[in-house]
Amino acid sequence: MLGGASGEGAALAMRLVIRAAESLDAKRLIPIIGAHVDSCLYHGEATVDFVDRLVDGGAEVAVPTTLNVGGLDLLHPELWHGDPRKAERGRLLMDRYRSLGCEPTYTCAPYQLPFARPALGDQVAWAESNAIVFCNSVIGARTERYGDFTDIACAIAGRVPDAGLHRTDARRATLVLRLAPDVPRALLDDDSFYPVLGLVLGRRAGSRVAALDGLPPALSEGRLKAIGAAAASSGAVAMFHAVGSTPEAPSLEAALQGRAAEETADVGVAELRAARDELTTAGGAAPAGTPIGSVSLGTPHASLAELWAVDRELGGRRSAAGVEFLVSTARHLLAEAEADGLAWRLRAAGVELLVDTCSYIAPVLRPSSLPAMTDSAKWAFYAPGNIGVEVVFGSLRECVRSAVEGRVWRDTNLWGSA
Amino acid sequence: MKGRVLAEGSSEGVALVLREPLSLWGGIDPASGVIIDARHPQRGASTAGRVLVMPAARGSSSSSSVLAETMRAGCAPAAILLGEADLILAVGAAVGQELYGRHVPIVVLPPTDLAGIADGARVRVDGAEVTSSADERETSV
Repeated sequence: MLGGASGEGAALAMRLVIRAAESLDAKRLIPIIGAHVDSCLYHGEATVDFVDRLVDGGAEVAVPTTLNVGGLDLLHPELWHGDPRKAERGRLLMDRYRSLGCEPTYTCAPYQLPFARPALGDQVAWAESNAIVFCNSVIGARTERYGDFTDIACAIAGRVPDAGLHRTDARRATLVLRLAPDVPRALLDDDSFYPVLGLVLGRRAGSRVAALDGLPPALSEGRLKAIGAAAASSGAVAMFHAVGSTPEAPSLEAALQGRAAEETADVGVAELRAARDELTTAGGAAPAGTPIGSVSLGTPHASLAELWAVDRELGGRRSAAGVEFLVSTARHLLAEAEADGLAWRLRAAGVELLVDTCSYIAPVLRPSSLPAMTDSAKWAFYAPGNIGVEVVFGSLRECVRSAVEGRVWRDTNLWGSA
Repeated sequence: MKGRVLAEGSSEGVALVLREPLSLWGGIDPASGVIIDARHPQRGASTAGRVLVMPAARGSSSSSSVLAETMRAGCAPAAILLGEADLILAVGAAVGQELYGRHVPIVVLPPTDLAGIADGARVRVDGAEVTSSADERETSV
């Protein structure tokens, strides 16, 4: 392959896999059963130049490969409010990756598509930080923290470096974060607790594998997804264990693989409150009553369960006039939501359903001087830099109620006096 | 100082020591190299032509693309010095080199060596060899 017998594109892919192996200190390559590729999001002409080199070089993926979000919603192009040329380049890049043999899933949450979900112990090459952490932590399939270019290179080579989280020993928790006794139990019942905990996890762990101890057992996939997405935004977290919830952590001892932790620390309510407050960039900490311009949910892409939760919280009410209410999801899940009437119900309540991309990547929000509200720590993290909005962070319930009222609504019981 | 090479090359520039981890994706503007992360204490500083000192990696797996794009646009860092190996940046530099024939050397240094490089110091990178001359420190940013 390296010598070019399989074509110039495959040779380039193999050179990059070997570069990755060298940087991971791997001694050999191992086969994979699938890949998830993030390189289809336009980041400038370099991303097009690269895929052109692969396509012109006759490359094709060697394993089933899903695609991450792209630069625009191909099914609803009218939602694009930006530079038309950039939309065209984004679309071109998304098409080019299909021509390498990738599935046009265009979602950051491939783990929510039954056909794209690996099994416990499977070796894969996944990119997209939230997908990586979900794959390793919640499914127990094995991937390193792959990024743009490496993901498609591994998919074409059908192989990955035998290193890092592909190996059992690297999956051991070295840091234990215990929930301190001062964290109100009621808070653990609220969805907004989990992205905030993830934010703290990312800060504390950096790139280490941590075990979270003291959480309720059997946490939902939605809550684990929120922890992981936040931790992969504030740190370089590629895997965590939630004792009693994730498959490699039936017990703390299992997460530690029978060895001692290198560090154990408590996470208390003061640190969590500070992290939560940091997610809100809008002036004066955006108290209840602050007018908002938009609400963005579905980062990472909403599951069907999360779409139903939005419907439930709306309870037949509509979002306020002048408030843009966007929920991002996968096109495959939208098709299901359209088939069973859920999409119709949401749209009738004023919700715009965005697919193939995300509202903090694509210019879809109409320009507004008012802040945007979100239940996603990841969205809160990246939106101010990417699309220049001020953010108000809140729970799903707070976000939906705020959309209905047109101003920030707070569930004051949740975070105590803070 | 001697480190481990993740991307070959030689260059020099003025050190920009990150006080907090930075994800290149979402963290810098690929058209200019300027730090745009609203929460980063060095927001507004330019990474273009600087020797970027990153004690710890952070964030998105799209940073490879952003690094390659800054190499295409001519606003890449002169070099990157890391405290720990980062394959996302290594592959970004490799792609920039494959496509445009340009180099952003990346070297992993022992933490104590990395900590000895002062913000604003002139740094020269030549393969695995890194020299920092604090006496020639420049004050301009």
